Amino acid sequence: MNGKTLRNAALGGILNNPVFVLVLGMCPTIAQSNSIINAFGLGCATAVVLVFSNIAISLLRKVIPDKVRLPAYIVIIATFVTIVQMVISGFLPELYASISSFIPLIVVNCIILGRAESFASKNSVLASAVDGLSMGIGFILSITLLGAIRQGLGAMGLSLFVQPAGGFIVLGFVMALFNCLMGIFKNRHKTLMEA
Amino acid sequence: MWMTIFSIVISGLITNNIIFSQTLGICPFLGVSKKLDSAVGMGLAVTFVIVLSSVVCHYLYMLLELAELTYLQTIIFILIIAALVQLLDIVLKKASPSLYTSLGVYLALITTNCAVLGTANNVVAEGYGILETVVAGLSVGLGFTLALILMAGVREKTQRAVIPKPFQGFPIALIIAGIMAMAFSGFNGLFA
Repeated sequence: MNGKTLRNAALGGILNNPVFVLVLGMCPTIAQSNSIINAFGLGCATAVVLVFSNIAISLLRKVIPDKVRLPAYIVIIATFVTIVQMVISGFLPELYASISSFIPLIVVNCIILGRAESFASKNSVLASAVDGLSMGIGFILSITLLGAIRQGLGAMGLSLFVQPAGGFIVLGFVMALFNCLMGIFKNRHKTLMEA
Repeated sequence: MWMTIFSIVISGLITNNIIFSQTLGICPFLGVSKKLDSAVGMGLAVTFVIVLSSVVCHYLYMLLELAELTYLQTIIFILIIAALVQLLDIVLKKASPSLYTSLGVYLALITTNCAVLGTANNVVAEGYGILETVVAGLSVGLGFTLALILMAGVREKTQRAVIPKPFQGFPIALIIAGIMAMAFSGFNGLFA
């Protein structure tokens, strides 16, 4: 355990943004970014599952045999998704009504299984929790940004952008902008990126 | 009866297309749509898993309802899908090694294709009978295949086009998908 792993984990949400750089978890990103509330709600639900599943998988990483690790991870993730689903339907029924079909699908969100496989299964509990938190915040920020853009454009009368077609197009343009900014940033801070 | 079946088919294939209207299964849609032949193979494999898993989940949900354990739906369904994909993996390896090698890593990725779990959840939520479940699974799967083939056709052409650097790769693919989704949304209300 060293500072470098922790720092890389903490910066992962931005430098390795799950949506714009790793291109994971596209389905909920496009489907639920039609309004800020839906986007933020689903982003938070995903982030909570991500943090807890990262912690649980990191704790169990020496117990789970290598051959059955994927089914084991999926069961752990599905358990947390079920808990989150119960909490949201119990305490936030209005939000639940609008995003209910996408909560079970958090199980198959590749961000979560991807972090479990590539990070939590190899690193300590603290680093995995930081990684989950950073990736989760990165996901919340990107999906909420898309939700804000689409809701704003929709409110101006461009109803296309609230529909799935608009979701694809807005995501494409924001991703291109992100690529462009990251290109400039990487040129300026070559030493930071290599560290 | 036949009208219901017909509207399920049209909705799965076109008006409620899993990719362009429900935006499920985007990851394989973007990942495997670079070449036409792998797009066809992936589409058919996903169709097979969707039909099988919807049918199994349909019966299992009845059992869960009897036992009043419906809150276990998510965990049970994803386990069933993972088991079916593993089964398909074993069967294909023995029965058709050529198809198995051409599908390669995509086969295992079907488990995390949200189109499969999404369809199983939808079919259960709609309360379809067994015939409707099979038809719905089949038409959703073929709708996915159709979207994949259309996309592969366009993307093979874009490889020769001059695209600004930030737009290369996923961004331009997303914008193409958006324009195709616009075309598909023109079918909305066709057989409502």
